Amino acid sequence: MSKKAFRPDVDAPEWRGGYSPYDIIKEGTIAIVVVGLLTILLSTFFGSPDERAITVKAWSNADPVDFALTAVSELNGTSTTAGYGAPYNTASEGVKLGPVSLGKFMGVTIPIDTVKDFIVNPLKSWPNQPTLTQALSTFTSASASTQTGWVGSYTKASSKLSFANGHVVVNATNAGPVTLMIDDLTQMAQSGALDQALVAGAGFYTTNYTKPLMFLADSGYFANLADKQHLTSSQWGMMNETGQYPGQAWLWLYTFWYQIPPFTTSSNADILVFAVMAILSVGLFLLPLIPGLRAIPRKSKVYRLIWREHYKNLS
Amino acid sequence: MSTTEIDRQWTTRLRKRVAGKLPPEKLLPDTQPVYVSSWIYVFGVTTLAALVVVILTGCVLAIEGPQWWHSSNVGHFVNSTHLWSVEIFFFAMIVHLWGKYFMGAWRGGRTLTWMTGCVTFFASILAGFTGYVSQTNFDSQWIATQAKDGINATGGGSFFNVLNLGQMLMWHIVILPIAAIALTVMHVLLVRIKGVVPPYEEDREIAR
Repeated sequence: MSKKAFRPDVDAPEWRGGYSPYDIIKEGTIAIVVVGLLTILLSTFFGSPDERAITVKAWSNADPVDFALTAVSELNGTSTTAGYGAPYNTASEGVKLGPVSLGKFMGVTIPIDTVKDFIVNPLKSWPNQPTLTQALSTFTSASASTQTGWVGSYTKASSKLSFANGHVVVNATNAGPVTLMIDDLTQMAQSGALDQALVAGAGFYTTNYTKPLMFLADSGYFANLADKQHLTSSQWGMMNETGQYPGQAWLWLYTFWYQIPPFTTSSNADILVFAVMAILSVGLFLLPLIPGLRAIPRKSKVYRLIWREHYKNLS
Repeated sequence: MSTTEIDRQWTTRLRKRVAGKLPPEKLLPDTQPVYVSSWIYVFGVTTLAALVVVILTGCVLAIEGPQWWHSSNVGHFVNSTHLWSVEIFFFAMIVHLWGKYFMGAWRGGRTLTWMTGCVTFFASILAGFTGYVSQTNFDSQWIATQAKDGINATGGGSFFNVLNLGQMLMWHIVILPIAAIALTVMHVLLVRIKGVVPPYEEDREIAR
């Protein structure tokens, strides 16, 4: 029977040297106490960030023009949500990995119709508004081409949209009921009623904030706030958190790819970065099986620092 | 009941298998090889200790619910302890990972130990992420709306909706902690079964 050759990056020698006393329970207990104390110390000195969640009410009061313009983009289909694709709608192919759109393959599982979900249905839920009810009836009973014409006229005029005396001011002709709808939606938002209307679609209880978050994310206001808090994609994005805190520093490599070409310019960056990280993660997982990579520790000799006592005793 | 019949029982076979693989002196050793003598070894146990603190502080937060910490000073402090124990956990875990890499810690039939460690790392990243989007504050709003694009791009957004607070909170406090704890237990038991990897044998390498 032939003896198998020793493979230094796969096999380990059998330890025939000495042993020293080791109290595993004591070590574990001391570690928990030390980490516990360090945690309390860090929490006492640095605390944790808690920037209040923004509401549609706060947004529409702070920047009613941005709110109204975002609402217009939901109506005319130019908002990010309206043109997103899967899993929200079929408006676009979505990002692709080569010829494949994985999102599209999985289909529309969280349907969002920005006209109905962000504009018409919330307005319908606003009680005691007879003029608005009439305008909504006119809008919803009109043909698609008529609706498109009204929304198009309003969109054209909205480049000079302003807000004064509690109302959206826009010089739109042939915009039909859209003028009133946008104005009333802004007022509804400023009252706080739209926040509730956007989450109440599922009934009394809900823990799903998909719709209000998608609406907020379409605004310029939300992105401006994030920019001030150094949270945008070009500022190392979501690994940061508000204030001077480490955030999810362990996501640095994932976030790093978004800072360099070709990912900075690719419209498919989201899936490309994910693909790169998936390959690297599988590589890390399978590292013991990859010749070359598994030899680096032996060849780099960093282990001599770790086991310096052992090698000192050998020499 | 005959002895043979008892020996064939699932319970008996499992007990014998466990006792064979992991006798008490391996599970709770009172000695260790002398080469286990470096500060780098501290980071493995520190990761475990931090996981214990993360779970304890998370349990305290869970008692009053996900929004308690916004309105209570005590709650905010507990949230801070949860945050900082998580930061210590990841710091220790990453140093531990790099340390184990430079030790070639997969050698000698320890590949599965390495792999369970990696999966624990990935599960922990997801656990941390779901925690960040469950904070019910501006951070969670922004992180969720940004992260959705990456997840939707993979098709995963069709069932893993980062904008759904209820779903994310459930993953954060039930599914992922169970996964992380189970993986950690598996990882630690494998370390106990296989022992700590011995140093590279340089003479033997030269002899080849």
